[in-house]
Amino acid sequence: MKLIINGEAIDVPERIRTVADLLEHFQLNKKIAIVEVNACILQKEQYATATLNSGDRVEIVHFVGGG
Amino acid sequence: MNERYSRQELFRPIGKEGQATISAKHVLIVGAGALGTGNAEALVRAGIGKLTIIDRDYVEWSNLQRQQLYSEEDAKARLPKAVAAKQRLVQVNSEVEMEAVVGDANVEELERLATEARPDVIIDATDNFETRMIINDISCKYGIPWIYGACVGSYGISYAFLPGKTPCLHCLLETVPIGGLTCDTAGIISPAVQMVVAYQVTEALKLLVGDEASLRGKLVSFDLWNNQYASIRVDQVKKDDCPSCGGNPTYPYLSYEMQTKTAVLCGRNSVQIRPAGKREYDLAKLAELFSDQGFSVDSNPYLVSVSLPSHRLVIFRDGRALVHGTKDIQEAKAIYHRYLG
Repeated sequence: MKLIINGEAIDVPERIRTVADLLEHFQLNKKIAIVEVNACILQKEQYATATLNSGDRVEIVHFVGGG
Repeated sequence: MNERYSRQELFRPIGKEGQATISAKHVLIVGAGALGTGNAEALVRAGIGKLTIIDRDYVEWSNLQRQQLYSEEDAKARLPKAVAAKQRLVQVNSEVEMEAVVGDANVEELERLATEARPDVIIDATDNFETRMIINDISCKYGIPWIYGACVGSYGISYAFLPGKTPCLHCLLETVPIGGLTCDTAGIISPAVQMVVAYQVTEALKLLVGDEASLRGKLVSFDLWNNQYASIRVDQVKKDDCPSCGGNPTYPYLSYEMQTKTAVLCGRNSVQIRPAGKREYDLAKLAELFSDQGFSVDSNPYLVSVSLPSHRLVIFRDGRALVHGTKDIQEAKAIYHRYLG
């Protein structure tokens, strides 16, 4: 499936179906992130059920603490 | 008048008028590490009226790669960062009034700094979310904008929080993140610092000259090594019932129960730290996070013990921790925040 992730077209493996799968794929599942799909921010509880479709525009920003 | 600010005045959105405005403004920077020194130098060169900077740490050799105000002399002398920063900043621009505070940015101290000489903007240059939540509540309570910034590796993130207008950090996070990567575990390259500083200082200048229409308004992140950039408009995340910025605020992170408690354990060369609020750690996940970062970890159903380069950190399920190998509360707190965020 082809997604537009943070502005870049990226081919992700077929096993990725949901936002939770995608976060795990990028090893962001243990981090606190804000995820936007097609300009709509998702609640954390929605990650496991929110399915992704080819061409979806996904923006992911994860929080870090260092400074 | 000399030509010091001529190039900044030629920049139209600032101009002579904006420069005069900037010169009457006061900025509080919380933390004098990588982000703190970068922000401080840029704002002092830009000619703000007053800078207050607070930090509890001293200069070490491992700071020099990216903490731009410090020299080898400062590291040799183990000068407190706030003191060393002020020494350098006075050389850079003696026209700016400067207050350097060597101390812990706790609720009491930050509330004092926010009320005694009310800053126009607060810059976050801390390394932990507990302090950021305190800054956030102070910002909401006293109506002072603050600019979040953080970085690790080649990644950075920033957002300008405007009380009453944007969501607050509590709306975005709900809880204090734990166990994330920090500069001491994942490293950091200085361009990532400089990029976050650039975002923070630019938003600060917009606020100082009163050009709110030009604010970015988006949570922004980047990864310089992996050539990535992301930004999200987070306005819709603002919660009307947020305990920090909602209709009936209680400012939970300013209350006594939400403050970190510490105690030196007699004869054990150890400090106990009880973090703010109620926590329930998933110890298996925590152990995995530390071992992923290359630390030697022992655990049992009740605690996780991590061997750090010069200390041992023992963390219990309720978030309580023992830092072995020090009797210094400030040092223990610094270690706790460095590794647990």
